[in-house]
Amino acid sequence: MSAPLLSLKDLRIAFPDGDGGMAEGLRGVDLSLDPGEVLGIVGESGSGKSIAMMALLQLLPDSARVSGSARFKGQELIGMAGPRIRRIRGKSIGCIFQDPLSAFNPVLRIGDQVAEAILLHDSSRSRRDAMKAVEGLFERVAIPQPARRLRQYPHEFSGGMRQRAMIAMALANSPELLIADEPTTALDVTVQAQILDLLRDLRRDLGIGMVLITHDLGVVAGIADKIAVMYGGRIVERGATDPVFYETAHPYTAGLIGAVPDIEGTGALRQIEGTPPSIFTRPGGCSFHPRCTRAQAICAQEDPALAEVGNTDCACHFPLIATRTEVAE
Amino acid sequence: MLAYVLRRLISIPFLLLGVASVSFLLSQMTKGDPLAALVPERMMSNPEIVETVKAQWGLDQPLPIRYLRYLGNLVQGDLGTSFATRRPVATDIAERLPATLELVIAAMIIGTAMGLTLGLLSARFRGSAFDSIARIFALIGSSLPIFWSGLILLYVLSVRLAIVPGTGRLPPRIAPPPHHTGFYTVDALIAGDLSLFVQALTHLALPAFVLGWAVTGIITRLVRSSIVEGLSLDYARTARAKGAPERVVLVRHALPNALIPLLTILGFTFAYLITGAVLTEAIFSWPGIGSYAVRAAGALDYPAIGGVTIVGSVAFLLANLLTDIAYAWANPRIKVH
Repeated sequence: MSAPLLSLKDLRIAFPDGDGGMAEGLRGVDLSLDPGEVLGIVGESGSGKSIAMMALLQLLPDSARVSGSARFKGQELIGMAGPRIRRIRGKSIGCIFQDPLSAFNPVLRIGDQVAEAILLHDSSRSRRDAMKAVEGLFERVAIPQPARRLRQYPHEFSGGMRQRAMIAMALANSPELLIADEPTTALDVTVQAQILDLLRDLRRDLGIGMVLITHDLGVVAGIADKIAVMYGGRIVERGATDPVFYETAHPYTAGLIGAVPDIEGTGALRQIEGTPPSIFTRPGGCSFHPRCTRAQAICAQEDPALAEVGNTDCACHFPLIATRTEVAE
Repeated sequence: MLAYVLRRLISIPFLLLGVASVSFLLSQMTKGDPLAALVPERMMSNPEIVETVKAQWGLDQPLPIRYLRYLGNLVQGDLGTSFATRRPVATDIAERLPATLELVIAAMIIGTAMGLTLGLLSARFRGSAFDSIARIFALIGSSLPIFWSGLILLYVLSVRLAIVPGTGRLPPRIAPPPHHTGFYTVDALIAGDLSLFVQALTHLALPAFVLGWAVTGIITRLVRSSIVEGLSLDYARTARAKGAPERVVLVRHALPNALIPLLTILGFTFAYLITGAVLTEAIFSWPGIGSYAVRAAGALDYPAIGGVTIVGSVAFLLANLLTDIAYAWANPRIKVH
């Protein structure tokens, strides 16, 4: 088996809580991704899914304290010196963000912003040459009339077109890993489907590894090879896509699946009662216990370890599938 | 865009009508008697002379007539005749305006350059010793009254250390360059006289610095806060995710966005500098419209006061128009109609 493209070991992130202490936003996350694989990270806001990915590119605010390990093709990213991490950002690892309007600079032309991604990593190329490349990228992501479009400003693009341009920018240097942070959340439903189709095509044609961060299980269902479900700063369930959907072990995952509208379904959507905890007010024990229908006394006292349950790994005292063995690390 | 500019230009005369009316009526409401400026004191007791002077200057007419006459003259570009210099106010102002504009433009360049540089560096090294020093420097400039900082700097730099020449636009007994623009520095260059250019420039340097320093504070603060804000926005994160070093994020991404609010401030700054120039000109014996206005106010020279007011208003309105045009240019999201 080849070396993993990305592997996280016990990744932890803490932020100052404003009272002189630190609050843990990420509490020991282990993940790995092989080249060309697609990993879906699913969770509600505050679950730590985005900060984990921002931490590996060192894009968190300076006040964040990051520990543990994140290796990209064997190189340790945590604590890597500025010039070295900058050669990885946008070159080997591309990023797509949630809101493509605010993610683009409003006063610069789109073409220049995409070309910048190329020129930053290859100063020998001329601007004109980079612009030609941008035109090709725009064609690749199906932006019509690319030559005209690249002279426009972000506000002249529709939401879907902006996200396509954002994807073009992330692909500019043929990265091996694409991190997509809620790439469809800010878009209309029909446009969401188009962007997901585009990501699927890119994955098929370029063999690019992807981490797809979303709060919507429906988004990752058709594209991810494996899924990690996060809650309260840790992974509560992780496994290949099919078992996570069809042999769900964690009550939270089951709740998320119940909250996805089903086109054939006739019943009402089931929602998970309550709201996700903030990192400053996380309950003790299993952080999901106040909202969990299966919770018992032990759930409030002891945080369950991630363990193999059936065909997925699950962190729950009372998983829905009751065969539980500790995961050998 | 062109239609917008034309519409704005058409509105200017109407605004000026308002300014002229207010300034005329205000001057009528003051207690001071303009006759004091026109008739020597010992002749005031002679009713014949007083009547003659009144008739000569039209002061015997009722207020509405004088008002309409004033406006009628204004429309023809006649700002009246100064009580003090006995010359047309328009001629006086035309002669002195270039000196003020040269001073204000130089101050604007110095203030903007210092403000931008300090703001950029403070944002880049926020929290550092440089940040604090820049803040104090900017704060001193905006808190010290110009008449004080001007006097102190003039005393220290010119009288004690003799680093810069004294007051005025040129050394005494040096003839100004042939008139083209009225800006001595530019005219000296046009004439190809380098040593004259240097002399004009060194005379300009201190008053322009004093005046520019006064607006450095507001520009520094604005640039610093806009850039610090910009660095925390999504587009800055995108730039970093592309692999851009912090310097590039700052200059190429945050700075162009900071220019938008800066342009608005520069419009106000210009107005502030026009008024600030009054004090600076008085201290540095700068023969511009500022010192003219001070003299006119002291002598109750109403036509001159009105003339300076109107010229100042025109400058202000044009500066505002330029600001709006520049704003539309800097911000591609704005389409003017």
